[in-house]
Amino acid sequence: MGRERLARYSLAGPENQAAVDAGLAGAIWFRSEVPRKRMKELMRRSDYPAIRDTAIWLGLMALFAGLGIAFWGSWWAVPFFLAYGVLYGSTSDSRWHETGHGTAFRSRWLDEALYQLASFMIMRDPTVWRWSHTRHHTDTLILGRDPEIAAMRPARLARLLANFFGLVDVPVAFRLMFLHATGRLTAEEADFVPEPERHKVYRTARIDLAIYAVTVASAVAFRSWLPVVLIGGPRIYGAFMLNVYALTQHAGMGENVLDHRLNTRTVKMCVVNRFLYWNMNYHVEHHMFPMVPYYRLPELHEEVKHDCAPVYPSLWAAYKEILPAILRQLKDQEYYVRRELLPGAAPFNEPTPLNDGRAQPLSTVTAA
Amino acid sequence: MAQWIAACSTGDIDPEDVIPFDHGGSAYAVYRSPDGAYYATDGHCSHEQTLLCDGLVMGDVIECPKHNGRFDYTSGKALGAPVLVDLRTYPTRVIDGTVYIDVG
Repeated sequence: MGRERLARYSLAGPENQAAVDAGLAGAIWFRSEVPRKRMKELMRRSDYPAIRDTAIWLGLMALFAGLGIAFWGSWWAVPFFLAYGVLYGSTSDSRWHETGHGTAFRSRWLDEALYQLASFMIMRDPTVWRWSHTRHHTDTLILGRDPEIAAMRPARLARLLANFFGLVDVPVAFRLMFLHATGRLTAEEADFVPEPERHKVYRTARIDLAIYAVTVASAVAFRSWLPVVLIGGPRIYGAFMLNVYALTQHAGMGENVLDHRLNTRTVKMCVVNRFLYWNMNYHVEHHMFPMVPYYRLPELHEEVKHDCAPVYPSLWAAYKEILPAILRQLKDQEYYVRRELLPGAAPFNEPTPLNDGRAQPLSTVTAA
Repeated sequence: MAQWIAACSTGDIDPEDVIPFDHGGSAYAVYRSPDGAYYATDGHCSHEQTLLCDGLVMGDVIECPKHNGRFDYTSGKALGAPVLVDLRTYPTRVIDGTVYIDVG
């Protein structure tokens, strides 16, 4: 089962070409109708919201790190480093995401600067993951095409749980850093990173490894864990919220569909979570219109909500659906969460029986 | 060989905006810059087959609505990942309130 599952999701496996042959790769997806004038308003960016939010974010990290250092050696340091760790190891994901789309700031250099910083913190190569996420948006949850499917069918439960503490992501990140530093990519990365971009991957890996080497050397020299707790370590002890948020995006939903309402969730969150997650909870809207900056997604939600399924009212409500769905998919890999659209919504875009969300193996269906 | 085709009226495009134009089975994008000049490029992003007319014009730059591929629409130059291939541009001229593009 394990190898068969990995082969189905692998970009280097048979499902990739099968998806291309079936017309699922680079296909046309459903989008709600939004008047051009309104869409232009929503896509327009300014620097102010992201500068404000980034200043608060970096300021909070500096504050909590400072307090943690001040109380270093006592239990009082724990809550401060926990807060610092979540900001570093979890919320860098949403900063990485938004700046990767180039939509956080109006000024390109600000966007790129935060993208590089957040990529380092979340331990993702900025070039590989820019192309990976580009593919994720082109072929969202298309098997053999999307490199960012978090919950497979059946889910790799141990891996999912271990990743709440970065226990898979971090070792994999270092393995890739060492691979990239030697001037190589994995076969999957080579599927979506164009040749002219690859030198950046190799250079970044060497810089990142040098930073981590200095961090570890400092820890050894000072006989203290503090350097590791400040740099790199938060990707382990502060990573749990990253997974709490990220699994709400697509887990348990339809695969091989061409309509984000079938494979993506929008979840209502409180103002604190929306700050930490930079409004990525409006995920259906984000996938329909990726150029709308995070601070305008609530407005976009108002424009398209009539076309969607009812919003999940809370994280709790989302997980009441996600957990049973993942568990059921352990036994029934054709099961997926299919939601009812609101009355009057545009019907689901299901151009062929292949697009109903069950994700039968294309490599056998298309060959028959 | 030049082949001038009437694409739209000057008033059809807002300043700092883009509209689609189809001719002979090909898609074009026609732009009006903030200073009132008109430009034309291929209608699809060179990265994937996404229509640029749904994108955002900021100054001399068009941003693809799918992946934020950015081009200088005055020259067609691709401005960085995920677009690595320049857009083809087409000469334009305005006569009596009509924008013509040379698709030849």
